[in-house]
Amino acid sequence: MASLNREKSRPGTTAQGRGDARSARQAADHPSGGARVGAIERPERGAGAPSPAKEHPAARVVLGPFDAHAVRKQFPIFRTPRAKPLCYLDSAATSQKPDAVLAAMDHYYSSFNANIHRGIYGIAEEATAAYEDARRRVAAFVNARSPRELIFTRNSTEAINLVAYSWGRSQLKSGDAILLTEMEHHSNLVPWQILAAERGIELRFIPVTGSGELDLGALSGLIADGRVKLVAVVHISNVLGTVNPVAEIVRQAHAGGALVLIDASQSVPHCPVDVQALGCDFMAFTSHKMLGPTGIGALWARRALLEAMPPFLGGGEMIREVKLRESQWNELPWKFEAGTMAIAEAVGFGAAVEYLEALGMDRVFDHDRELAATTMERLREIPDLTILGPPAARRGGVIAFTLDGLHPHDVATVLDDEGVAVRAGHHCAMPLHEKLGVPASARVSFHCYSVPEEIDALVRGLHRARKVFAK
Amino acid sequence: MSGMEDLFRENILDHYKHPRNRGTLDHPDITYEDANPLCGDRIRMDVMVKDDRIEQVRFSGVGCSISQAAASMLCEAVEGRTLDEVRGLSRDDMLEMLGIELGPVRLKCGMLALKTLKAGVYGLHQWPGEDD
Repeated sequence: MASLNREKSRPGTTAQGRGDARSARQAADHPSGGARVGAIERPERGAGAPSPAKEHPAARVVLGPFDAHAVRKQFPIFRTPRAKPLCYLDSAATSQKPDAVLAAMDHYYSSFNANIHRGIYGIAEEATAAYEDARRRVAAFVNARSPRELIFTRNSTEAINLVAYSWGRSQLKSGDAILLTEMEHHSNLVPWQILAAERGIELRFIPVTGSGELDLGALSGLIADGRVKLVAVVHISNVLGTVNPVAEIVRQAHAGGALVLIDASQSVPHCPVDVQALGCDFMAFTSHKMLGPTGIGALWARRALLEAMPPFLGGGEMIREVKLRESQWNELPWKFEAGTMAIAEAVGFGAAVEYLEALGMDRVFDHDRELAATTMERLREIPDLTILGPPAARRGGVIAFTLDGLHPHDVATVLDDEGVAVRAGHHCAMPLHEKLGVPASARVSFHCYSVPEEIDALVRGLHRARKVFAK
Repeated sequence: MSGMEDLFRENILDHYKHPRNRGTLDHPDITYEDANPLCGDRIRMDVMVKDDRIEQVRFSGVGCSISQAAASMLCEAVEGRTLDEVRGLSRDDMLEMLGIELGPVRLKCGMLALKTLKAGVYGLHQWPGEDD
């Protein structure tokens, strides 16, 4: 039987040991998993030691002090000639892509494009190996115990929907409750609303305080009756930039008998995240916000949970044996990867993770936060500007603001004329904006290629916006 | 997409800074409110009708310069017009009043006032222009 042979020769299986060895090496490089994640919850800086040298151009180019201008040169979008230099301050929406990621995807398409897990010819095996190697890289990046715990999805949204459909529909019943927060992105809100309506599940919310932080004091009361089976919370807010104390939320939730899903869409791309140190049960993140391509993201979950969960989508690859009326599911992680996956994108995702590791996530986060602190300081010179969210010490590289009497769309249009790209609107967080009492906001956000000159252009543009719309 | 200088022509800024017909009516024959959920623009139109003509019209709401200027221009244009004339107003008419080209995102801002007025007067829920 072909499937038996395949089981033996599957690169993903044979390479499993290598992946684990790699994780072990990584763990040795970071002796304390807690320290890695601690960097995100402590305002003070870590040393930001670069990752061990790997066979990657970025590792040779960017060593020593973090040099954002040198990093920037490796992103072709900033080399593209245009009327005004691009000041890209919308990395929370999507990040730009370095040469290394584009080259990796191009290399796959031009050298070994073939479907994975099927062909027994050379390039098919090469493609399978590259796909599974990307999985190992991404899994190790968040310190998963095994690559089997890492499911490729289309994006964070699909990862959360996977949990809502598969885990939620098999484990939750009428009368159970799910605890969310008032600062969730629609992607960590709507899937639960659908499930709640379908199954008679109650939705509860951790309130957001006036300073744009979670009211953690409310948590114990919200889970006290034991009906909350899942706490789904965003790690870093895409609007406020708030870094939520997820390790503490996990501790309290577990004590109250609930599992925890972390929406890490804005954290995994910007700071060290260690699923084992956080102790969470599910984590969703997406490639395109972390220098990788669109169309691929990841769900990490504890193996025991994934083993017990029914498939999300049915089709090819996710099965072990198919009869006309019934089938047996494939083992992890392939049970959740029906149909031909985004192979080139997975390769690009792996290359993005390798690039970020070479930069060093501690240093990327320090860089983001330094720019955020500078920006918040500079924005004080703009009259009637209100920054949403907590002080710089308790946020990542995201700053949303409003200008009295000026609609964010108009602000963004004037900025666009200066070559400055910012997001204007509600950033897929309408309930949060309602809570804050503003219909919309303008948002600037950074990544490793962001430079202080972009903040200068932002401030110039904001002064001009004030002038254009002065009544 | 048009550049900033095109988008914020003098007449747009003038209507935005000095809106005509801004306010509400105490006893409107028709009142209708609509919003553009993507950007938070919100427009309410109050209308008094006499002999099948729009005798008075007022708009209120919040939003970007394009949506507010469009509402101001539209109110100015329809006061005294017959309901049939208002029924005949199209997306192109609104664009002509604005005098600018709009990209796909700002088009919704520019059309919100017309959409609200037509929906209020005729119960139309189609995007202006989609019906013709």
